[in-house]
Amino acid sequence: MPLLELRGVTKYFGTAPKLVHAVEDVSFTVERGEVVGLVGESGSGKSTLGRLALRLLDLTSGSVRLNGESIEHLGQRALRPLRRNAQMVFQDPYASLNPRLRVASIIGEALDAHGLAQGKARQARIAELLELVGLQADHADRYPHEFSGGQRQRIGIARALAVEPQLIIADEPVSALDVSVQAQILNLLQDLRYRLGVAMLFISHDLDVIELICDRIVVLYLGRVMEIGTAEQICRNPQHPYTQALLAASPKPDPDRPRTRRLLQGDIPSPLSPPSGCVFRTRCPLATAECAGAVPPMRDLEGGHAVACIHDSRSIDWGGMLQNRKNDRVPPC
Amino acid sequence: MSAMTARSPVRLFLQRLFRRKLVLVAVIILLVIVLLAILAPWISPYSPTGMRVSQRLRPPSLTNWFGTDEFGRDVLTRIIYGGRASLGIGVAVVMCTMLAGTVLGLIAGYFRALDAVIMRLVDAMMSLPDILLAIFLVAVLGASAGNVVLALSIVYTPRVTRVVRSSTLVVRELPFVEAARALGVSTWRIMTMHILLNVASPILVQATFIFAYAVLAEAGLSFLGAGVPPDIPTWGTMIAAGQQYADRAVWLVLFPGLAIVFAALSLQLLGDGLRDMLDPKLRKAL
Amino acid sequence: MMETSVQERPLLDIRGLEVTFRTEGGDVVPVRGVDLRVEAGKTTALVGESGSGKSVTSLAIMGLLPRPYGRVSKGVAEFRRRSGAVVDLASAGQGVVRALRGNEIAMIFQEPMTSLNPVMTVGEQIAEQVRLHMALAPQAAMRHAVEMLSLVEIPDAARRAGDYPHQMSGGMRQRVMIALAMSCNPRLLIADEPTTALDVTIQAQILDLIERLRKEHSMGVLFITHNLAVVAEIADTVTVMYAGEVVEKANVRDIFHNSRHPYTAALVDCLPERARRDSNGRRIVAAIPGSVTSAAEATGCRFAPRCQRAVEACEAGSPELLVAGTGHEVRCFRWSEA
Repeated sequence: MPLLELRGVTKYFGTAPKLVHAVEDVSFTVERGEVVGLVGESGSGKSTLGRLALRLLDLTSGSVRLNGESIEHLGQRALRPLRRNAQMVFQDPYASLNPRLRVASIIGEALDAHGLAQGKARQARIAELLELVGLQADHADRYPHEFSGGQRQRIGIARALAVEPQLIIADEPVSALDVSVQAQILNLLQDLRYRLGVAMLFISHDLDVIELICDRIVVLYLGRVMEIGTAEQICRNPQHPYTQALLAASPKPDPDRPRTRRLLQGDIPSPLSPPSGCVFRTRCPLATAECAGAVPPMRDLEGGHAVACIHDSRSIDWGGMLQNRKNDRVPPC
Repeated sequence: MSAMTARSPVRLFLQRLFRRKLVLVAVIILLVIVLLAILAPWISPYSPTGMRVSQRLRPPSLTNWFGTDEFGRDVLTRIIYGGRASLGIGVAVVMCTMLAGTVLGLIAGYFRALDAVIMRLVDAMMSLPDILLAIFLVAVLGASAGNVVLALSIVYTPRVTRVVRSSTLVVRELPFVEAARALGVSTWRIMTMHILLNVASPILVQATFIFAYAVLAEAGLSFLGAGVPPDIPTWGTMIAAGQQYADRAVWLVLFPGLAIVFAALSLQLLGDGLRDMLDPKLRKAL
Repeated sequence: MMETSVQERPLLDIRGLEVTFRTEGGDVVPVRGVDLRVEAGKTTALVGESGSGKSVTSLAIMGLLPRPYGRVSKGVAEFRRRSGAVVDLASAGQGVVRALRGNEIAMIFQEPMTSLNPVMTVGEQIAEQVRLHMALAPQAAMRHAVEMLSLVEIPDAARRAGDYPHQMSGGMRQRVMIALAMSCNPRLLIADEPTTALDVTIQAQILDLIERLRKEHSMGVLFITHNLAVVAEIADTVTVMYAGEVVEKANVRDIFHNSRHPYTAALVDCLPERARRDSNGRRIVAAIPGSVTSAAEATGCRFAPRCQRAVEACEAGSPELLVAGTGHEVRCFRWSEA
């Protein structure tokens, strides 16, 4: 039984004619202890999906199962005890901590909400959590504004860990941080994953960060899944033209790479009126009349790799941008 | 950024607030008025009700600094005592409006289903002129100090409700509120610890403004005879009683009038100062 | 690597630039000792994390420091005009700098929405700019505006010229900003984090566009960014800033393959692409411990508190920019050991 299972999850915001198709028919699972990456550009619905998985938003249709239990119909009160199982880490380290509360209250609140520790034990647990994320026990008496962005993000992680969740949904947890600090937080998340065995749904626009930290990757575009596979499959052997384009477009810290980019033309369409059939067809170099007809079904390839494209994308010439990527990597172990 | 480590929050707060000298002046005036009112029985030169027919309508002199009224009572003494009633009514109105307005505003802002109901009611009340609504309410309820407080609280609660609601709408969308919901924190705690604490600054600013409005409105109501009964000295009742002698004894309306102006103006200045200090956009510009 | 003839003087030559801000708590020097060069037809990247002073530096060059609090307190920023005359942007009056801005010097920013007028169509905004600097009739100016929009590859430019900024996507708005910048055929383009707010596929388009325009118009580009991967894609030379100082200047290959400053080396190693597997098979990124020291607190080398190779001398005195090779300068006592 998977830890988290999304099936046919769909979310629309607003009402016609201003109906936003945020997430459409998304299905995937997160196994215990697994780190799954959700990657996509703006309008891909990746953040919405994270909130739907936690039921911070209501689904338009589809189902969400946590530990096999269906949670899409539960009311907020019934959800409260289940919140111990899944927690969230946010993008903005400044807005995600209440500026009026001390760190001890911010973390302690998580303990209080589920009656996990009182008095001395509570204090000790807060100190333990702070040390777990690389801060000091005496930081508990301080206010958020006394910390740097990276330290605040550590506090946010400590808050999420306080209830000993099985799953953490991390919504762009490093994209607001400087590169040098980003590396610290990525290492911390990996460390926690191995020490605590916590599963993660890691949401990011940055494929390099996703590849570093995730076992499997779900590629989203305009609210739909384009491709699912292991990090290896997605980053070394991408089968969807969009995944390939994303890899080719993401800049590499290698000044010797050819600087002529083979680019995707055009803009991401508005989620108010996504294209018919395959949502990517308006920018796809392989698009044919057939692509506009029906939404391409997920096609299973070997080893759990699946792609929502009816074409053979090997024919696209990305001007060496993908090959280059393969060569400069550390070999997988 | 790093300069704010050692200084205590209270000192920092006052330092920021008093960067504008006018705010400091306002606070000093306010403190003097409040202290006079509190210490009235010990510092007043005469009794507020002691009539001396021989001393009727004396102009300001060394013995009676602000002159005497039609019954020979000392105007200065009555202004000091009048401050007790005027400021007391102001404080009571502020407390009632803050309580009612904050509760209503938080509910309207947080529970979207109740928003429309509460806000339409608020809009309807705000479409009526303040003083007319207050006169109407006092007329219905009967003229007493308590009813003046009740009427003015009803009149000013919608203002607070609006401010609290709009701040709540902003704060409830912030990630730390979402984080609290994701943790399974109770709605009550979210509304108090996360939202109320973070909308406290605009409420504080409103409190000073409403204090000023209430002092003015009480005077207006008393002057129109729709307020506190004339036997209780307030700045409003003093002007009301003095107006018929205004041609001969201008000090009867001048000094209570000045008391009102100083109290209301210094409260408004304090409110402006607080608002400028607490508004992060303006703070950067300073 | 040398493809064009050696110019006598660079297009923009900044030497020893220092900026002072007057604050409540006394004077603050957010930026000091900035040496920076932009050659005509080349791209210089100015790289730094938050607090590095890269934005203050760019504001100082453009004469946009918040008045009256900020001022250039030392140094020169010499700009070679089309006529061959050299102007010091740091000491020239507001009027001189304003006349150059939007004419010989153009700028683009991270968030185009704040620089565009929401109640004018994009065509009108470009036409207005053109008329201001080129004295064209209204109709000719509008034609020029449409040409500019096609130059930045906006499809169906004649029609899109009638759009308001809010009707466009972030990528399209950045193209409009570039069209606005290019409309007066500038010699120097200052691009302050122009792709940071954009999606990667759109970022790639904008980077390509800037590259194309640079080549076609042999324009110097000062590209300010925090993103080293973008630097690798676009820069000829790189200037790295840390805590308000330039710590290293070199050509782009030396920065990535032969950096001499420990900060530059560490910054490159921080990137997820440089992750290494540790003994347990985990993929670990080489993080820099701690966070940036504020410019006011430092006594010696500002990177010393976070530096793996710091010795006592590093805490005691601050190093000068030292020559480490051709076109390679570094602010480190121990650069030769790198």
